Amino acid sequence: MELGYLPILIYFLLAVAISTLILFVNRLLGPRRPTPGKAEAYESGIHPQGNARGRFHIRYYVIAMLFLLFDLEIAFIYPWAVLYRRLGLGGLLEMLTFLVILMVGYLYAWKRGALKWE
Amino acid sequence: MPSNISLLALVLITIVKGAVLIGALLMAFAYGTWLERRLVGRFQLRLGPNRVGPLGLMQPMADGVKVIFKEDFVPAQADRLAYWLAPALVVAVALTAFAVIPFGPPSVKLFGVPLFYISNVNVGILLILAVTSIGAYGVILGGWASNSKYSLLGGLRSTAQLISYELGVGLAILGVILLAGTLELPQIVEQQAGTWFGFLPRWNIFLQPLGFLLYSIGALAETNRAPFDLPEAEQELTTGYQTEYGGMKSAMFYMAEYIDIVLVSSIATLLFLGGWQGPFIQQLPGLGVLWFLVKVLAFVFIFIWLRATLPRIRYDQLMDLGWKVVLPLALLNLLLTALIVLIWPWLGGGG
Repeated sequence: MELGYLPILIYFLLAVAISTLILFVNRLLGPRRPTPGKAEAYESGIHPQGNARGRFHIRYYVIAMLFLLFDLEIAFIYPWAVLYRRLGLGGLLEMLTFLVILMVGYLYAWKRGALKWE
Repeated sequence: MPSNISLLALVLITIVKGAVLIGALLMAFAYGTWLERRLVGRFQLRLGPNRVGPLGLMQPMADGVKVIFKEDFVPAQADRLAYWLAPALVVAVALTAFAVIPFGPPSVKLFGVPLFYISNVNVGILLILAVTSIGAYGVILGGWASNSKYSLLGGLRSTAQLISYELGVGLAILGVILLAGTLELPQIVEQQAGTWFGFLPRWNIFLQPLGFLLYSIGALAETNRAPFDLPEAEQELTTGYQTEYGGMKSAMFYMAEYIDIVLVSSIATLLFLGGWQGPFIQQLPGLGVLWFLVKVLAFVFIFIWLRATLPRIRYDQLMDLGWKVVLPLALLNLLLTALIVLIWPWLGGGG
């Protein structure tokens, strides 16, 4: 393991410790007086109707899938960008091919209304 | 990392540096709220909080004391573990992202280790992107755990917004990476030293104006700030995924938001505005921290200014902007940059 990651791990543990500590101190110092009314979910003054964890719109799934696709693509472009000067024209053409194929899918999704919110 | 110091010394120095950094970030959160309330007050021809201490400077402390003595409360229907985990997660993630942010030049050393950053790894900016994207889990967990309709809808909206603009941000940063040929942040800043034609700083913003604009839009959206603060659109969703949160846990979501503002401002400064580069940096390298902080503060000021100026946009407009404007433009920017680097490989200093 490269030693550069050790300080990051230590710092990460420190950050986790601090955020846990803040929550813990609040639990220690704050009062606790639960009442049935307080424990109910807020629904503008009326009793909550049904369970909140119901079904939600398909669009969120579509956005999530599109995001996965594009984010993976961007993850692929990062190493390409770092080495770009060594790859030269060939590298540009290859990336262009890759992006054109992706753009066909993007335009298809757009045309089919996957990006439409009303 | 230097090999001439012992592992124990490295661990100890890192703990001290980390504690100072976290302390500074928590102070930045406290005084970020103060600055915002004062400035928005001025923008709206009010005074803002000015009663507690001189200029209201003790207001964040009073708020902190109030919040920490608030009831520690969990709604009856909530998923207790996730309800607890969400605020801790967003804060821990926001803090962790600063591990590879260099506040000053690496030449300034303390006991043989660079003083102004926790660590420098060869995937620098990629690590930040990876860590910050975990923050989206905090939002969706908080929204889901509360078992309230406002929370769930707010959490869903917020997550969809975060992931949509993450694409634009990722692609906008790629333009700079193409110019720099590296992912290491200190190196990217070093390449922006000096001037063009004797007066124009060699900052990447002048080579990547479109990239900078797209990054800034994405940064606003990723931090849920106005005009993209839809997850907290009071009229529609109360306070979105935070609806069922109160006291310290609610404050922790705000803590993460303000720390994230500092984070995206820092990234913008490093990638586009020359980081710690500024006058007299050769003679006095420690001065770099000051230049860095001035640039970050200017960016934070613009965040607050925009909030006071722009109305909130509609959700469909937000998604349209992300998917149909920012994303294609960022791709175009990437291809144009690649073409330019092919013609003039010496541009940007990564050659």
